[in-house]
Amino acid sequence: MTLAIDHNDPTLRGHAEAYSREMAAKRRQTLLGAVVFIACVLLAAYGAEVDPAKFAENAWRFPKYILEIMPTLRPATFFSDLKEWYWNLNGWLKLLWQTLLIAYVGTLLGAVGGFLLCFTASANLGSGWVRWGTRRFLEFCRTVPEIVFALIFVIAFGLGPLPGVLAIAIHTMGAMGKLFSEVVENIDMKPVDGMTATGATWWQTIRFAVVPQVLSNFASYALLRFEINVRGASIMGFVGAGGIGQDLIEAIRKFYFTDVSAILFLIILTVMLIDYGTERLRHALLSLEHRQ
Amino acid sequence: MSLALSTTERSELIARHQGAIDGSLKTKLITIGVIAGMVALFVYALTTFELDFWRIINGFSSLGKFVVLMLPPDPGSLTRAIIFVKALFETIAIAFLGTILAAILAFPLGFLAAKNVVANRIVHFLARRSLDTVRGVDALIWALIWVNVVGLGPFAGMLAIMTSDLGAFGKLYSEAIESADKKAVEGVTSSGGNKLHEIRFGLIPQVLPVIASQVLYFIESNTRSSTIIGIVGAGGIGLHLAETIRTLEWQQASFVILLVLVAVSVIDLISNRLRFAIIGKRAV
Repeated sequence: MTLAIDHNDPTLRGHAEAYSREMAAKRRQTLLGAVVFIACVLLAAYGAEVDPAKFAENAWRFPKYILEIMPTLRPATFFSDLKEWYWNLNGWLKLLWQTLLIAYVGTLLGAVGGFLLCFTASANLGSGWVRWGTRRFLEFCRTVPEIVFALIFVIAFGLGPLPGVLAIAIHTMGAMGKLFSEVVENIDMKPVDGMTATGATWWQTIRFAVVPQVLSNFASYALLRFEINVRGASIMGFVGAGGIGQDLIEAIRKFYFTDVSAILFLIILTVMLIDYGTERLRHALLSLEHRQ
Repeated sequence: MSLALSTTERSELIARHQGAIDGSLKTKLITIGVIAGMVALFVYALTTFELDFWRIINGFSSLGKFVVLMLPPDPGSLTRAIIFVKALFETIAIAFLGTILAAILAFPLGFLAAKNVVANRIVHFLARRSLDTVRGVDALIWALIWVNVVGLGPFAGMLAIMTSDLGAFGKLYSEAIESADKKAVEGVTSSGGNKLHEIRFGLIPQVLPVIASQVLYFIESNTRSSTIIGIVGAGGIGLHLAETIRTLEWQQASFVILLVLVAVSVIDLISNRLRFAIIGKRAV
């Protein structure tokens, strides 16, 4: 017995033709998609003033810049070189600490705001125009970039960390309100029904039927947000809203080359540490949840 | 017979379940400790922020004035409106092109950082760490650096979006590749395919839908970040945003903000539709 296929078998040929027709239709669709995509890319390239010649001409500057900002560390005088590279370590650490505090206070205020608003914004607990209004408000808060809020607040409150904190808090409130309300929408409604049946008020229902179900998820999201806000707070200084950003932008603008790399490495290291720490904490929180 | 509990029955019930009502002392102490620690850090942070009562009051009152001055949003003149819309187009172009380029360039990096493609631990470690480093630097900082390299303008912005996304994309790709099903790859190997065939026919069909939906997500979020890179001179609407706010042209500022909001929600809508189409197709 042979497994070879008889190509003259009419039923088989019918199938083969149907298959090739289908494939041709799919191919045409893919081709059309590719044409639309390429048109979009060309339009975008025109809009972004992409100039390959200019790029090729200046491309060598990028590695040169990277090399320039690197410090000279000789093995013989390693420690004194290191000391020279981080000549302002204390000042930078102070600013870095301020950055972390801005992120912390902003996250905390934003989380509290998001917590208060998420119940009215959720589909199962909120209702009517209050829900609609809360949702639009949260949407506004998270769509306007935080640095735009910071720009406005710097004019209203003056330079310093305060506008940065407020900007981060508002943005965080918008983002967390949405995430929180999604968590609330996924809860088990039976405890809520139980509380309603005993005649509890809306606040009592939230406190005893909803909050215990969602708290660990909320904490996990807040930690994730803290990490994002540390990155956000590190650039707040660009518009004068406190933190390490003000030294960084000054170093970049005034070509203090080695300072740029020193500050950048500090920021990257901090972000990585926070990343690692919050991940550990979140895993601990989630395992706590599973144990119950 | 009444269903209500008498006072004695009620106190008996409470006495029987006193432990459940009080909760465990340890949990309570931990909760109080954590909250007290957080509040203490909060208060300490506030003391370092040079706050004083009048500054806050004045700030909020001038903020209120600004909001009143912002209404209604008004570009000032038609030429200004055209300039703003052009800048918005530039912003979207930056986000789109930057994301696409990052998605393409990160492809080899993703394979390099995936454990099941490159088995060498040192290469894997180095690839992962460098992706993390690139990811740790914000797009605005990259924009500043690229402005130094290719000069002011949207091109620098596009390169900044591209660089900051390279790290994120590389990481996502390598995770998608690592979690891909091995069976398809083994099938290709058993029918005599080489390494390249394994990737082309075994891995790519599995990871492409995931990657496509991630790319859409990134275009969405990059539209937001590319609205602000103009603040450091890297093209797009951010320049006008910063300028109108700094020169206290509040009506124009609110017009620009409105433009950004509309653009972001339109792109959200389109990418949601597209993502649904892609994932829906995959489910069939």
